[in-house]
Amino acid sequence: MLVVTVALIIYFALASSNFLDSTNLTTWLSEDAAPIMIIAVGEVLLLICGEIDLSVGFVYTFSPFVLHYLIDFYGFPGILALLVCLVMGLVVGWINAFLTVTVGLPSFITTLGTGFVLLGLVNTTSHAEPAQVPQTVVGIGHWIGNNGWSEFIWGVILVAIFHVILTRTRWGLHTVAVGGNLLGAQESGIKVKRIKYGNFMVTGLLGAFVGLQVAFQNNTIDPTAGGYTPMFYAVTAAVIGGTAMLGGVGTILGAFLGSVVLATLTDGFQIIGISANPLDIIFGGAILVAMIANVQLAKLREAGRS
Amino acid sequence: MTTTTPEGAASAAPAGDDILRVEHVSKRYGAVTALTDVSMHLGRGEVLGLLGDNGAGKSTLLKILCGFQPPTTGRILLEGQEIAFKGVDHARSLGIDAVYQDLALVNQLSVYHNMFLNRERVNGPLLNNRAMRKLAREHLDEMGIKIPSVNVEVAKLSGGQRQAIAVARSVYSNPKILLLDEPLAAMGVKEGSIILELVRQLKEQGDVSIIIIAHNYGQVLEVCDRVNLIQHGEITYDKRSAETSVTELTEMVVAEYRKALEERQRLGQHPHISS
Repeated sequence: MLVVTVALIIYFALASSNFLDSTNLTTWLSEDAAPIMIIAVGEVLLLICGEIDLSVGFVYTFSPFVLHYLIDFYGFPGILALLVCLVMGLVVGWINAFLTVTVGLPSFITTLGTGFVLLGLVNTTSHAEPAQVPQTVVGIGHWIGNNGWSEFIWGVILVAIFHVILTRTRWGLHTVAVGGNLLGAQESGIKVKRIKYGNFMVTGLLGAFVGLQVAFQNNTIDPTAGGYTPMFYAVTAAVIGGTAMLGGVGTILGAFLGSVVLATLTDGFQIIGISANPLDIIFGGAILVAMIANVQLAKLREAGRS
Repeated sequence: MTTTTPEGAASAAPAGDDILRVEHVSKRYGAVTALTDVSMHLGRGEVLGLLGDNGAGKSTLLKILCGFQPPTTGRILLEGQEIAFKGVDHARSLGIDAVYQDLALVNQLSVYHNMFLNRERVNGPLLNNRAMRKLAREHLDEMGIKIPSVNVEVAKLSGGQRQAIAVARSVYSNPKILLLDEPLAAMGVKEGSIILELVRQLKEQGDVSIIIIAHNYGQVLEVCDRVNLIQHGEITYDKRSAETSVTELTEMVVAEYRKALEERQRLGQHPHISS
């Protein structure tokens, strides 16, 4: 994975002298890679414990609108409004978990439904019109997502924190156990439901945070931002980074590299002047090649061992 | 039940010596009677083989003993005290631990993480992997379980090694009673011998009483002190291992089978009625 990432970066650096200049670095890593990376952190946790969240991209869409409504219509102080946005993410995560874990719907269906509801909420309340970022939070916005590197720095910090949580804490170990052997985890007395609730809520929280970041970055609140695209990119980043769709296996660092690879492809092809239209063909092909390579490598490793 | 009378199901040993007694336990699921009337006992440090064909009621009895479900009637006495289990956790806290056929191991985790699953050693918020590795190694060595390394994923181990790890994990919490559900199922002779050796060791140490549930009694018989046969939801046979033989047990089961077959032939005009 690391080899693929480095190879791609070298390729684009050689193909275009602009790829590694400072303007493009922030576009590439902060604007393209960071949102995928942060959402992917949540998706990795969920995929490992055997679930998925398709709604997180709509939490991303909705959260800056919540900020706008609270400040401009209800006179909330900036910090409080930002906190409420994050709480909104947690609440959506909780609802996803409730419907999945307690009611018993498959998370694919649950989050498909809640995603649509959120999109409807965005369009109904905003009349599908973009809005201005409220003046009172523009200052603090620099720390969140409007200062060149800030999104990427947040991404790296969150990746580091959740990497430690996944690999070095009981929470992470139990997340793997729940996805690896649900019955076994239950028999060991692990609070399976609590693990799933927690991971859904973390994912919602991260989605809300990314939505705010992107709004600050673009200095506008866009009803067409977010949605399925960043969510699918995040799941793709997780999967090409080695996370299994069936649960029990996955790493945050893999998803980090996966998100850098995806962003490198998007940004790199743009910068060497390939039109956006055929980009998805290359993209889809790259994903398939990466996955085939992963599967083959795993087989080789398996063969080498036995 | 006319073939055999239970030989001293409730009288073989004085009550005071028993760690576990089951008295007239029955279990019905709606119209289906899974256990008719089971009385049995387990001595301190004893290894009891609970044998029976598929569908005889072994699994039902196991589920009652490990607290997974309550009996319909009858009572259970643990160290002379009547007890009603509130659940598996409750039974476990009282010292009854079951090693299930499905093993409850997480294939994707290392041996030592499995050994300490949900009772991890921690340093503040972080896992103390070094301590767990060391303790797991020591514990497995002590029990004579040979695996290449405690760091390997459980998925990479053989069936016998995994079963051994599962037993070792249960033993680590110092249970008074260990219930082993089909510990030799789907295992070769060599693999199975790992488990039998483990049971023998536990017996020598004498801290734990064991019930081995099995339908393949050939191998199991050699480590059991005593054998109970369960047929149609009742204990139909209770003898010390020394006084029985595989041949005798087989004959009993075959006789049972033959009777069922004759019964079916008698009802031959209704071939769709099967057992």
